[in-house]
Amino acid sequence: MNEIDFLNWVRGTGLQIATIIFVAGVIIRILEIFLLGRKANLAEAKGSEMKSGLRTIITRSVPLKTTFQRSALTVVTGFFLHISLFVVIVFFAPHIFFFKDVTGLYWPALPTQIVDALTVIGIITLLVILIRRMNDKVLRFLTNGEDLLVWFVTFAPLITGYLAFHRTILSGPTMIGIHILSVELLMVVLPFTKLMHVFTVFLSRWYGGAISGYRGVQS
Amino acid sequence: MKQTIDNSIQFNIQTSDQLTRNVTPLLHEVKHALENLINNNQTTMIDLRSIPLAPGEEDTILNSLGCGEVQAELNALGLSEIYETTYAGVWIVSHFNDHNELIGRFIEITTMPEILRSQDEDILNAYHRLNEGLDDNQQTKESMVEKVS
Amino acid sequence: MTNDNSTLTSKNDHASLVDTLASHGVSRRSFMKFCAATASMMALSPSMVPAIAAALENARKPSVIWLSFQECTGCTESLTRAHTGTIENLIFDAISLDYHHTLQAAAGHGAEEARMIAMEENHGKYLLVVDGSIPLDNPGYSTIAGISNYDMLMETASGAAAIIAVGTCATYGGIPHANPNPTGAVSVGDLIKDKPIINVPGCPPIPVVITGVLTHFLTFGSIPELDHLGRPKVFYGQSIHDRCYRRPFYDQGLFAETFDDEGAKKGWCLYKLGCKGPTTYNACATTKWNNGTSFPIESGHPCLGCSEPDFWDGGSFYKSLSMPTENLTKTAVYAAAGAVAAGLVVGTANKMKKSKVAASHERMTIDDLEK
Repeated sequence: MNEIDFLNWVRGTGLQIATIIFVAGVIIRILEIFLLGRKANLAEAKGSEMKSGLRTIITRSVPLKTTFQRSALTVVTGFFLHISLFVVIVFFAPHIFFFKDVTGLYWPALPTQIVDALTVIGIITLLVILIRRMNDKVLRFLTNGEDLLVWFVTFAPLITGYLAFHRTILSGPTMIGIHILSVELLMVVLPFTKLMHVFTVFLSRWYGGAISGYRGVQS
Repeated sequence: MKQTIDNSIQFNIQTSDQLTRNVTPLLHEVKHALENLINNNQTTMIDLRSIPLAPGEEDTILNSLGCGEVQAELNALGLSEIYETTYAGVWIVSHFNDHNELIGRFIEITTMPEILRSQDEDILNAYHRLNEGLDDNQQTKESMVEKVS
Repeated sequence: MTNDNSTLTSKNDHASLVDTLASHGVSRRSFMKFCAATASMMALSPSMVPAIAAALENARKPSVIWLSFQECTGCTESLTRAHTGTIENLIFDAISLDYHHTLQAAAGHGAEEARMIAMEENHGKYLLVVDGSIPLDNPGYSTIAGISNYDMLMETASGAAAIIAVGTCATYGGIPHANPNPTGAVSVGDLIKDKPIINVPGCPPIPVVITGVLTHFLTFGSIPELDHLGRPKVFYGQSIHDRCYRRPFYDQGLFAETFDDEGAKKGWCLYKLGCKGPTTYNACATTKWNNGTSFPIESGHPCLGCSEPDFWDGGSFYKSLSMPTENLTKTAVYAAAGAVAAGLVVGTANKMKKSKVAASHERMTIDDLEK
């Protein structure tokens, strides 16, 4: 198989397979969560569940002072990584063309130099995260295969995307093909690992806020 | 079917030095080549067709260099235009084919483009031809003298 | 273009290029101009001119057999546009084009006989040029003088010194090879494994690239350095994207959205309109077309990627490289619908299991403990 056939496959059949697994996996898991339901709370509601829940989705993004003091590095790397991923995926022009083709929606792009800089920040942040995880005794003890797999499927699209844009290491078609393949890998791994937090983070934050709101306390 | 060609189509192509950013570096390359010529007596040839240039940029480069004191036309397998720019030692050599299509354009930084010089083989050839021509002339004269006398 | 079929190759074989030039009354100075233009055409540095002159002085006139199979004749058309001038004419006077369907005057048995004689007399030394793909499904799909393309290729290739596959059809299968490939078309490289093959792809290739490769072989008697797809690196070593004059716009994220919007008029990058420049290797951006006049991107049209394999099967020409080639929206919607159904089933089954467990929960009393 030559490089163009490889590229055509990842842009065609590969994407189809990855999309099916990704969409089906995510929807089935979310439905499972909702359909399992919650136990009825027999106490009287002292406040609004929904309002507190929705507010908490936003406010949980701001860390507590004690949390920050205890785990500053985790908080900071977390912010850097997620902001970098968000901007690179959502505000890079060729990615916007992809979303426009699939969903019909589009929005303005950021200048490529900014996206490029943020990609580098994302790559460095992920490396810092991995090194810390391997050096800290407790974290290393807790780390299992899934953690490393999840780290890899997040790192691969960033590094291959950077190399593809700057057109180094491998030929044009091959590098772009590998980048798209790495994204497909991320898509098929996501529904079966802790990467599901992409969707469930909203559910869990809502729930945390909801139970506090029901009891009439601040969340 | 009658064909009408509209020669009055205006193309509004705006070019700037920012397009390929190759104009200024190229002129710097010419500068370095001149330095090389002064210090080491070394000739440099730059093939303008090998560098990506946006529409109008080649003209910008040629206009920057300008046209100097020497212009020559070569008639060898089609026309070739050779001229020295306003910068002495910087020559533009353009080769055309029979149909006046450009087939090569070079910036030559040299004291005299090689193609302007008379070539050794041609000189030798010329000597033989002139020699034979004069011999023929001599023989014709001698035969005419013989006839008369 | 002259092809004197009556005087076959034997007489012309031993004349060198310089002798040919001298017989045309061409001076040494003209020969120098010829070498300079040739160097430019072969994309060699001007400092190579003396080496080219030296090689050409002693070059012999090889026999060239050109076989056309499943092709549109575009490659021959491109090539003949290349020699509309004296210099290119000389290149073709310097080779002996012994067989070419479109250009030769002979027809029928006489033409086939010319080919057989050329092959015999120059066995092991002639250059074989092929354009068009070869159908394998049924030999009857494409025949010449009743001989199938496959048979003619294998027979003629056996005595060739080297093979030049011209055009995307001969190098990678081209249009006939596109999905669903009804004739079972394959490329020259798929069939011949024991001879050196130079791939010169393009739909068609740039005229000067075809002549440049032929001239390289004529000048140096050897094959130029090839990349992993068998293409001469000197012409196909750079991608269009890496040599495109619109690259600064790509790097800054300035794209034309449609064919006549402000961005298009200002000459912005055509990535969004489907340009395959980033994945295409050819000389279009530097050597350009029509003697350096322009190339598709400069004229406002995105690159089709015509010198790459399977460029017809790479999705729409007007969909950018970051867009999927198939309809992903449909797939996603169907997958979602199926997933909702499956999720409801699974979720309901879970809920039922939970209720059953809750219902079968046994209460423990103090009596149970005392028992």
